[in-house]
Amino acid sequence: MAVIIRQRQVVTDNWRLLKPAADGGITIPPDGDVIVPLSVWREQREELRARPGRLGVWLAATDDPALIAGDLRHLELIAVDFPQFTDGRGYSIARLLRERYGWRGELRAIGDVLRDQLFYLARCGFDAFALRDGQDAQAALSAFDDFSEAYQASVERPRPLFRRRGAGSPNRLERV
Amino acid sequence: MYLYDEIDQRLVDERVVQFRDQTRRFLAGELSEDDFRPLRLQNGLYIQRFAPMLRIAIPYGLLASRQLRALAYIARKWDRGYGHFSTRQNIQFNWPRLEDVPEILAKLATVQMHAIQTSGNCIRNTTTDHFAGVADDEIVDPFVWCEIIRQWSTFHPEFAYLPRKFKIAVSGSEADRAATQVHDIGLQARRDVSGNVGFRVLAGGGLGRTPLIGAVMREFLPWQHLLTYLEAILRVYNRYGRRDNKYRARIKILVKDLTPDVFRAQVEEEWAHLQDGASTLTADEVQRLEKRFTRPCYRKSDALSSGYVLALARDKAFGNWVRRNVQPHKVAGYAAVTLSLKKTGVPPGDATADQMDAVADLADRYSFGELRVSHEQNLILADVRQADLYQLWQEARTLGLATPNIGLLTNIIACPGGDFCSLANAKSIPVAEAIQQRFDDLDYLHDIGELDLNISGCMNSCGHHHIGHIGILGVDKQGAEYYQISIGGAQGNDAALGKVLGPSVSQAEVPDVIEHLIELYLARRDSEAERFIDVVRRIGIEPFKDHVYGSHHQATASRHRQLAAA
Repeated sequence: MAVIIRQRQVVTDNWRLLKPAADGGITIPPDGDVIVPLSVWREQREELRARPGRLGVWLAATDDPALIAGDLRHLELIAVDFPQFTDGRGYSIARLLRERYGWRGELRAIGDVLRDQLFYLARCGFDAFALRDGQDAQAALSAFDDFSEAYQASVERPRPLFRRRGAGSPNRLERV
Repeated sequence: MYLYDEIDQRLVDERVVQFRDQTRRFLAGELSEDDFRPLRLQNGLYIQRFAPMLRIAIPYGLLASRQLRALAYIARKWDRGYGHFSTRQNIQFNWPRLEDVPEILAKLATVQMHAIQTSGNCIRNTTTDHFAGVADDEIVDPFVWCEIIRQWSTFHPEFAYLPRKFKIAVSGSEADRAATQVHDIGLQARRDVSGNVGFRVLAGGGLGRTPLIGAVMREFLPWQHLLTYLEAILRVYNRYGRRDNKYRARIKILVKDLTPDVFRAQVEEEWAHLQDGASTLTADEVQRLEKRFTRPCYRKSDALSSGYVLALARDKAFGNWVRRNVQPHKVAGYAAVTLSLKKTGVPPGDATADQMDAVADLADRYSFGELRVSHEQNLILADVRQADLYQLWQEARTLGLATPNIGLLTNIIACPGGDFCSLANAKSIPVAEAIQQRFDDLDYLHDIGELDLNISGCMNSCGHHHIGHIGILGVDKQGAEYYQISIGGAQGNDAALGKVLGPSVSQAEVPDVIEHLIELYLARRDSEAERFIDVVRRIGIEPFKDHVYGSHHQATASRHRQLAAA
C-alpha cells in the first residue's frame, strides 16, 4: 500500500492510479478506487460511473481543466501530473480547478513531486501529494512551514497580504 | 530607499533558513544535482567556469550605503575583493564557495538584501530608470511600482516554474530609460485625460536569439488592475509557452507564434475572470508603500552656486565631466552624478571592495546615503548639491570613477564573457578594453559624441548588443572566437534592433571595424548634432558595410586585405 501526504499527514492510500500501456490501451479493474486519465473518463464516463469503487480523474500538464469543469459532481478526487518538477503548468491547473471551477474535493499532485515544491503546491490548492519514489514523506512535512507569510492571494489565503494587514490580522507586528 | 517591515524581513530570513537546509541536503547527498539546480538558481547561484557565481538582487537598482558596504564585506570575505554590476542592475560575485553561500545570504539579510529569483525560470528582478524620482519628465515614481511588483513576484506560488526566465521593466517617465520595449513585460506609466495614472503594457519583447520589440497589450491600463493583468499574462504564458525547446521558450516566441492579436485576446479572456478580484490594488496599499520609502530632505537653494560656476570656468577637465556625467535634477540646486565603472583597463561594471566602501562614503556625504546601479553598469549618486560637484569630482577622480564618458563610445556595456561565463562563445572584456584603448583620446571621443556600444559574449545577449548603436556579439566559428558587428540598434522610446553589418571578424580586427564605422560616420554627418545612430538611420547600413568590407562585399580574403591596409 502506497504512502502519500494528505492534509499535511502521512497516510496510506488505496487509490490506484491507472496509466495507459505502451499500446495506448488501459485495463480498468472491476472494483476498487481508481484514478483514470482524462481521456478515459471522457470516453467511458457511463461505464466508470456504474462500476463499484470511487472514481478520480488525473490531468496531464497539457490537459485543460475546463474539460472536467462540468463533471466535478461525479468525481471524488482530481490528480494533476507533474512530468518533471520544473514543469509549472500544474500550478495554474490547480488554481483554475479551485478558484474558477470550484473543486472542493481532494486535489492530488502526482508524478515528479518533491519536498522542495510542496509549499508552493499547497498554496495553489493541492492538499494531497504522492511524492516521487524514494522521497521521505515524513521528513517532507516540514516544507509546509518553510514560510510563515505570503504576499500574494492564493487558494490557501484568498486575500493578498495587503488586504489582510491592519487590526485583527496576524500581522499586527508591523512597524510603520 | 524602501525600508522592510517585519514581514518583509521575516520572509527573507526564512529564505536563508530554507536555502541553508537545501544546501546541507545537497552536500550530504540527499538532494541530487538535478533536484538542487533549480533551487540554487532561484537563489542566484550558478555553477560557473571556475567556481559558483552568485547573483545578488539589487531591486530596481536602488542601494543604501550600508548595503554597498555589506557587498564590499562579502567581496573581501568570500570572494576576491571585487564584484561585477550587471545589466539587470544586480551585482555578481564570481568566486564564492558553494558551502559559503548560506552565510553570504544570511549576511545580506542583515541589510535587507537577498538573492531571491535572480536566476531560474521565474520572475526576475524588476528594473527601472536609474534617474527615478529625480528626472523632471517623471509621471510617477517607478520605484513604488517596482516595489509593488517585487512583493507580488516574490515567492509567487504559481509562477516559480515558468517555461523560461521572465523580466519586467517599468518606466515612470516620458523618456523610456528602462528599455521597456525589449522586456518580457514592459510597463510605461501614462496619465489619461483626467489625470489618472495607468500603464501602457507591452509583452513579448526581448533580446537573445530572437530579438523582438514588445507588442502592445493595453494602451492604458488603470493602475488598480496592474497585478491582476500581470497575473493574466503570466498565466497564459505558464500554460501555453513552449517547454520543449529552451531556445523557443520565452514569452516572445508565444506572442509571435500566436500573433500579438491572438495572444492579447487570450490574456483579455483570462483577465476577465481576474478583473476586480482580491489582487486589485488599493490606494491605501500604494500610499503605504510610498511612505516606506525614505526621501531626501532637499535644502533650499535658488541660484547657481558661484563656486560651481567658477570651477566650470577654470577647469576644463571638470567641465568635460559635468557635460558627460552630470544630469539635471528636478530640484533646483541639485544634480544627478554618474560614477563611471568604464575606465579603460577595468572590465565594464567591475568595482573593487575598496571602491565600494569609498562610494558608500561618497553617498553618505553627498547624496543622502543612497545610490543606484544603472543598467548601463555605472553607479549613480542621484541627489548631489550643485555646490558639492567640484569636490565630489576630485574625490571620484582619485578613486578612478570619474571617466567622463557617459553616453560616449567607451561607456561600453559588456557581459562578463568567456573569461568567466560558461555560456559564452567568446570573450567580452578584452574586446571592450581594446576598443577603449583605441579611442583613448578624450577630445576625439567627445567629438564623436553620443554612441552606445554594447558587447555580448553569446546569443543570450546579457550585454544587450541588439540595442547598441554598435553591437558586438561573440560567435563560435569552428572553435575560434569571432565577433559579429551590428549597427542601428537603440534603446529608449525609439528602440530598434541592430542589423548585422556583414561577416564576423576576429578579436584583433574589432577595433579596426569600429574605427572604420566612426570614420564613415564623421565623414557623412551633417553637423555635430547628428549622432552616429541618426546617420545610420538616414543613410542606411550599406555605406557602412561598403566602408568596412569594401564596395563589393567580397569574400573573407579581400576583407582581410582591406583591414590589414587600414
